[in-house]
Amino acid sequence: MSEHDHHDDHGPAKGIKRWLYATNHKDIGTMYLVFSLAMFMIGGFMALIIRTELFSPGLQFINPAFFNQMTTMHALIMVFGAVMPAFVGLANWMIPLMIGAPDMALPRMNNWSFWILPVAFSLLLSTLFMPGGAPASGWTMYPPLVLQTGDAFPFLIFSVHLMGLSSIMGAINVIVTIINMRAPDMLLLRMPMFVWTWLITAYLLIAVMPVLAGAVTMLLTDQFFGTSFFLAAGGGDPVMFQHIFWFFGHPEVYIMILPAFGVVSEIIPTFSRKPLFGHDSMVYAASSIAFLSFIVWAHHMFTVGMPLSGQLFFMFATMLIAVPTGVKVFNWTATMWRGAMTFETPMLFSLAFLFLFTIGGLSGLMLAIVPSDIQYHDSYFVVAHFHYVLVPGAIFGIQAAVYYWLPKWSGHMYNEKLGKLHFWLSAVFVNVTFFPMHFLGLAGMPRRIPDYSTQFANFNSVASIGAIGFGLSQLLFIYIIWLSVRKQGAQATSEVWDNPKGLEWTVPSPAPYHTFERPPEVTTDKAFT
Amino acid sequence: MSYADSRSYRERPYYVPHESHWPIVGAVGLLFTMLGVSTWLNGSDAAFWIFMAGILVIIYMLAGWFNDVIAESTGDMYNKQVDMSFRMGMFWFIFSEVMFFSAFFGALFYSRSMVVPWLGGGSNNFFTNLLLWDGFEATWPTNGPGNMGGEFIAMEPFGLPLINTAILLTSSVTITIAHHALIANHRKVLKAFLGLTFLLGFIFVGLQAEEYIVAYQDMNLKLTSGIYGSTFFMLTGFHGMHVSIGAIMLFVVWLRVLKGHFSPTSHFAFEATAWYWHFVDVVWLGLYVFVYWI
Repeated sequence: MSEHDHHDDHGPAKGIKRWLYATNHKDIGTMYLVFSLAMFMIGGFMALIIRTELFSPGLQFINPAFFNQMTTMHALIMVFGAVMPAFVGLANWMIPLMIGAPDMALPRMNNWSFWILPVAFSLLLSTLFMPGGAPASGWTMYPPLVLQTGDAFPFLIFSVHLMGLSSIMGAINVIVTIINMRAPDMLLLRMPMFVWTWLITAYLLIAVMPVLAGAVTMLLTDQFFGTSFFLAAGGGDPVMFQHIFWFFGHPEVYIMILPAFGVVSEIIPTFSRKPLFGHDSMVYAASSIAFLSFIVWAHHMFTVGMPLSGQLFFMFATMLIAVPTGVKVFNWTATMWRGAMTFETPMLFSLAFLFLFTIGGLSGLMLAIVPSDIQYHDSYFVVAHFHYVLVPGAIFGIQAAVYYWLPKWSGHMYNEKLGKLHFWLSAVFVNVTFFPMHFLGLAGMPRRIPDYSTQFANFNSVASIGAIGFGLSQLLFIYIIWLSVRKQGAQATSEVWDNPKGLEWTVPSPAPYHTFERPPEVTTDKAFT
Repeated sequence: MSYADSRSYRERPYYVPHESHWPIVGAVGLLFTMLGVSTWLNGSDAAFWIFMAGILVIIYMLAGWFNDVIAESTGDMYNKQVDMSFRMGMFWFIFSEVMFFSAFFGALFYSRSMVVPWLGGGSNNFFTNLLLWDGFEATWPTNGPGNMGGEFIAMEPFGLPLINTAILLTSSVTITIAHHALIANHRKVLKAFLGLTFLLGFIFVGLQAEEYIVAYQDMNLKLTSGIYGSTFFMLTGFHGMHVSIGAIMLFVVWLRVLKGHFSPTSHFAFEATAWYWHFVDVVWLGLYVFVYWI
């Protein structure tokens, strides 16, 4: 058979079939990103319901049960529906372009991974309309509380199973693509950092999503089939769920941040016009973070009761994470040192990431210390901490990536003025929202509570104003993307930026439907090292 | 894989399939399955049939999808690099399965070495024992201080389980003989030993069912028998489910052998199934040691 027979240059299919039957990594990447943006809006709307209720003390708008449903659903949707699919979408779009591959390694499975997500979130969102309402146990689903969920319970369990299935298949695809599909001269240590961090992330996903599946399966059988995993009367223990859950949960938080590290490692060199400082040490640092993520899980459980030796081990192991994270922060800083820096929107988001993620990292270090954590535990300080690493961390990383690569996707520049406006609004409001929460937590305000003592009123009002401002600012983000996709901007060149490194800038903008059907030559000029 | 090999991959382009409807069929199948089972668990008997419809759609999807892949493979559309993608994909899939079982093994180890001793007053849990479960002594196996499910007899390692161990280990040998026969192009030996392998697999599942019947009827050992019953039935149950899936895979591969599929140099489906079979075998050895024996 001549190679032409199975190698025709055909464009996308017509109409809805293009999306339903997709095998093209760019189409599937687009679907992931659009889905993620939709979930970001829904999850964000729930956050605004929470902040509206918390604007002043007392119960104003919603009842406590619904408040708990909102905190739970907000978290599940943001973690599994917004952040993770956004990174998978970026991986789909960019990894084949960055390593010189014709597509993802397993294109049909790629589409299946995506289409499971709308199914999972339809099931999850449908619980809002069920007797007993949506799950209200918090996204951590601790028993015995979660076992009081109404009709939503099995829907919660099975939607988590489906999210896991989607993530595992997506991660298998990413690993196989990176290991097996690189252009011949794209040696492992020449790979761009975004590809590296995704390789490590994918490994974490395959290692821990099945553990989450096991944990929720035990919840299901405890509820419906009389097992005693989390029932002390039967010789089980609710705390055991926390151990299994956080064995998943801690690597999960790195799953949500490592790809953002990768994005920032792409953007800072481009706008500093210098190669990334210490590329290889970045790889080792990310790998160390991934390894450590498996042996720190019980720092989420310091107040639940565990042997002192356990507390000490998990405290010190957790504090060790500051070392490789510090390596990364210093490397990014050193990359900018004496660089010819400019401050386009992706760079602004990356710099905000660098500052604000570090704040989240430092409050994490405070939480790692057992005696301090006993005070901070389950307070708004924790809420402040993880929102600092997730919003100006993961979300800013995603938005930086969107601004950086959007011209490559759409072929048209975004509106730089509006982009900068979006950045400044987001950067200001994110601090207005989450910085006061540190003080609230230190002063003793518990999390997951719809009402609070009056001395917390002022900071809560400020946080709520910030949240509404941040939420509205994101409408601007959608509008900016819309303009670029509708070709309302300057035609982008194939390089888009000022001499950026990486294979993705060697193909035209917008990237053709099929790229690198023949593996490209990888010269050291185009690779990062 | 040497560097030169990776270049020679590129002599033929990587096969990127055109549009396929199987993924979306699979997603719809999952929707019906999960919707059905959730509603069924909430007490709607009719929903069981939605669940079954979903399962049927998934089976239809699997059959159709594999059919496409087999046709592409026998149509010589895959180069060595595609083959390597499949191999790596299967490897990482099996790794994810290992991690799934790890969660349940972890529950077994944690409850046996931490939870039960602590409920019995071990470590610094004297008052837990005195105030909540006075008189409970930590032992294993146990159905907990609440005597969940009533008195029961624990499963002995040296009856059926030992026979089952022998059966699975033998099946690992027979599939290896079949693999060598396939490489040497001895089709008769291949057919016989591959057939023997899946028969051993189904015999294992049958004996496991017999063990469950004895446990329920004569030993009062049930899923509801506290933490011992929970870990015993969930671990052996999920393992048995995987053996069943593996045996079905072996059976399908055997049917393909009868149809003349596979050559001494190209038989990835056979190898993937063999890897999977060894995986369920290794899990069983873990089960035999930690669930039945120690």
